[in-house]
Amino acid sequence: MLLLKLLLRNAFRQRLRTVLTVLAITIAILAFGFLRTIIDAWYSGVEASSPARLVTRNAISLTTPLPLSYKDRIKRVRGVRTVSYGQWFGGIYISEKNFFPNFAVEPASYLELYPEYVIPEEQKKAFIKDRKACVVGRKVAEEFGWKIGDTIVLKGTIFPGEWEFVIRAIYRGLTPTTDETQVFFHWDYINEGLKRTFPLRADHVGFFLIGIDDPKRAAEIALEIDGLFKNSLAETLTETEKAFQMGFVAMTEAILITIKIVSIVLIIIILLIVSNTMAMNVRERLSEYATLKALGFHWIHLSLLIYGESIIITMTGAIFGIILTFPSAKIFVDAMGTLLPVFHITKETILLDILIALSVGISSGIAPSLKAINVPVQSALTRVG
Amino acid sequence: MILFIRYNLRNLRTRRLTTILTGMGMAFVIFVFCSVQMISEGLRQTLVDTGSPDNVIVLRKGSQAEVVSVIERSKAAILETLPEIERAPDGSVLCARELVVLINLYKKDADKPSNVVIRGIGRNSLLLREGVRIVKGRMPLPGSSEIVVGSSISRRFKGLQLGDELRFGLRNWKVVGIMDAGSTGFSSEIWADIDTLMQAFRRPVYSSVVFRLRDRSDFLSVKERIERDPRLNLMAKREVDFYREQSEVMARFLRILGTSLAIVFSAGAIIGAMITMYAQVANRSQEIGTLRALGFRRREILMGFILESVLLSLGGGIVGLLLSSFLQFLEISTLNWQTFSEIAFRLRLSFGIVIKALLFSLLMGILGGLLPAVRAARLRIVDALRLV
Amino acid sequence: MQKGSIVEIRNLSKSYRRGSEIISVLKGINLTIGEGEFLAIMGPSGSGKSTLLNLIAGLDKPDEGSIIVAGIDITRLSENELARWRADHVGFIFQFYNLIPVLTAFENVELPLLLKGLSGPERYEHVMTALKIVNLTHRMNHYPKELSGGEQQRVAIARAVVTDPTIIVADEPTGDLDKTSAEDVLELMTRLNEEYGKTIIMVTHDPRAARRAKVIRHLDKGILDATAETPS
Repeated sequence: MLLLKLLLRNAFRQRLRTVLTVLAITIAILAFGFLRTIIDAWYSGVEASSPARLVTRNAISLTTPLPLSYKDRIKRVRGVRTVSYGQWFGGIYISEKNFFPNFAVEPASYLELYPEYVIPEEQKKAFIKDRKACVVGRKVAEEFGWKIGDTIVLKGTIFPGEWEFVIRAIYRGLTPTTDETQVFFHWDYINEGLKRTFPLRADHVGFFLIGIDDPKRAAEIALEIDGLFKNSLAETLTETEKAFQMGFVAMTEAILITIKIVSIVLIIIILLIVSNTMAMNVRERLSEYATLKALGFHWIHLSLLIYGESIIITMTGAIFGIILTFPSAKIFVDAMGTLLPVFHITKETILLDILIALSVGISSGIAPSLKAINVPVQSALTRVG
Repeated sequence: MILFIRYNLRNLRTRRLTTILTGMGMAFVIFVFCSVQMISEGLRQTLVDTGSPDNVIVLRKGSQAEVVSVIERSKAAILETLPEIERAPDGSVLCARELVVLINLYKKDADKPSNVVIRGIGRNSLLLREGVRIVKGRMPLPGSSEIVVGSSISRRFKGLQLGDELRFGLRNWKVVGIMDAGSTGFSSEIWADIDTLMQAFRRPVYSSVVFRLRDRSDFLSVKERIERDPRLNLMAKREVDFYREQSEVMARFLRILGTSLAIVFSAGAIIGAMITMYAQVANRSQEIGTLRALGFRRREILMGFILESVLLSLGGGIVGLLLSSFLQFLEISTLNWQTFSEIAFRLRLSFGIVIKALLFSLLMGILGGLLPAVRAARLRIVDALRLV
Repeated sequence: MQKGSIVEIRNLSKSYRRGSEIISVLKGINLTIGEGEFLAIMGPSGSGKSTLLNLIAGLDKPDEGSIIVAGIDITRLSENELARWRADHVGFIFQFYNLIPVLTAFENVELPLLLKGLSGPERYEHVMTALKIVNLTHRMNHYPKELSGGEQQRVAIARAVVTDPTIIVADEPTGDLDKTSAEDVLELMTRLNEEYGKTIIMVTHDPRAARRAKVIRHLDKGILDATAETPS
């Protein structure tokens, strides 16, 4: 197809200009993909939620504990299959910089409720058997070079003191979006320590984790559980795991919105640059388009030439940008370590990248192609330059 | 020289569409740069203003926030005997024992709760915080379950106007006053009587003890004495330092985010400027040749094109600055990771940010115009004039 | 230096590279131009006349030979020195006027004066004088696109004389003009030569233009004719 040849040659005529434009698009698509992946990471907790899990916590706030004695009453509610409990520990490993989530939990029931944490059977048994044991995620184990049998020490912030744990199990996530940076240990172990030092705080948990048999009845069951403790000293708030995780996301919504706005601005900037390039390209070749018209070519042909050129430029940039996203993400993740537990480039993100490139390509072509279509044929006779 | 600037400006005006598109790109970059810096600055300023340089706050050793700190009654009593503490007008020690807890409250437009600080206060708490004024109603009576609400909270949360009641801890808490603490963190807090609060939460311990030094320079010796005492296991900080540190993680995150975004965006803007300037050079090669023929040197051609690029980028940068200055009317509230509680603040356009933005625009203009300007300067006169 | 001569060219050679070929454009030219002379250089296209003009005007450097203008051997000057030399000594008239489109007529004429370190009022005086000579003071605030071809060339001439240069070089000054405008421009150039004693070196195809010159030389395939022709 001669037109296709003309199109390709035109796109690379002004080689420097085209290269620069493609470069700009590559950078922008790369950044956009990154921002979207950061937003996805923010929601990773929400994505990992199961509709068959409920979270019960003190209605006052997450920082106020609940009595352990609630457990039996919750268990008796119809539809509740498993009840586990736990407490955010917030321990520090050597220095504050080495952040990872760590929880004191009821081991057997907690692991039952989280089939996403895959642990070899012997390791699981060893963990449950040893009260001083802990199970660590694969990623955090890699980060600090931990092996099974190692003893680690966490400095308590909420529960003061230095707490020793022995690593008996390492879990890996079932899917790439499972958080592999967490550490779990026995609630009993912490509780025993509290009974000695702060007896008033003992026998209290931060949350109950409830497994239900029918996700469709989630709302009902939640209401029933809360009804049990209404007008008591520690009223509860029960919600699906997803709603609970969304609560966290909502707290830092302002930042998320900022990042989303910035992503949009990024696209606007690409649009400006590509529009500018196409406008220049077409303006310089107006007499050529007039010549084509004089030779008998239709507006369809002219449009195809221009839109085609514009789309080729944006798609080339997008492809480079998408390809570069993967190695860049790897570098970023390696640098962030456990601060960013999940950084996964989804198919949707890539699709969105392509869609954006296509839309920008088309939009940038609109004004210039209209100009080319409407150029008076007489211009073909004007001397260029 | 004025002729040169006029020459450059008119050239920018001639290629109007291209100039506007490139200029807008620059404006956007500066806008994004400023916005993120302004958020970080606004957060920092709020938290810095929240402390008083004469006040000292004492917490349990190793506590990153008041919420996780625990101070027993006996220890608080020991602290109150420090001779360096200022005296209140009524003769009592200008010192307050306080309890900080978090409760879930719902913003007016949200269905998800936020963590709000409730501070149990003592008799002298208001006196210790000079920037806080009661603008409506009054302070809670000692021993009552009355509360005074920060203006920012009252504005943005449901059911916290004067006369409303809040229910938690098995009792009702009546809003008897609204306090305004300017842009400081106290505007995002609710204050209640400490004894009532301790009872409601079954917490027989305090979170912190705050007192004012008679002489600011006593701080270091007081700090040492408190931290050396093995009975106490406490740490002392200047109130300003304590609150400033509470924003550090977030502020740093925002700064890094802002800087990375700025670099990416500026790469795009610089490329945009380069495309524009290369086109200018190509279209004006005859002009360049004429100027060289008339006697202008290569260096002068180079400077001319860089100047043109800089005028474009500075113009765009100023527009971006103006746009971002409007953001100062915006109030943002977010969770502060370190304290796990809600903090509201206004965006702040500081002088430092303005200077940084202008320098950034300047840099973008120079980088964008450099290579095209070099090309312009390297043209051979006879080629440019097409005389051969 | 010959008495009364303002330009002396000895053994001038210049070649250009076109792709992989080296084309010899001027071969050992010798030429003397007297002060106050009006010289026309003619020849077929590709004969090298523009190249010769470029070299005399200091726009390019020769491969061999020397060019002495008013006592200075310009082939020995560095590029920067040459630039300043042109500003002081050469006035240009181009075929396509080469006015800066975004500057007014006044500003275009003012341009060369920026290199002379004159004050604002001094520059104003010089520009007005030059514009008066070409009779375009009434159009001085117009932009080139608002002027006819002839008016644009006259502005270019004003620019060429505003610094009172040693020589004026003109490359096809009437090449783009209609008959009347061409006559006006040539009349102006004649006045500059006869009334103001300016040395003019012109390259042209146009016989009308050639007739105005006092001396005509022919250049063919890089070689200057042996004898000069004086028009009748």
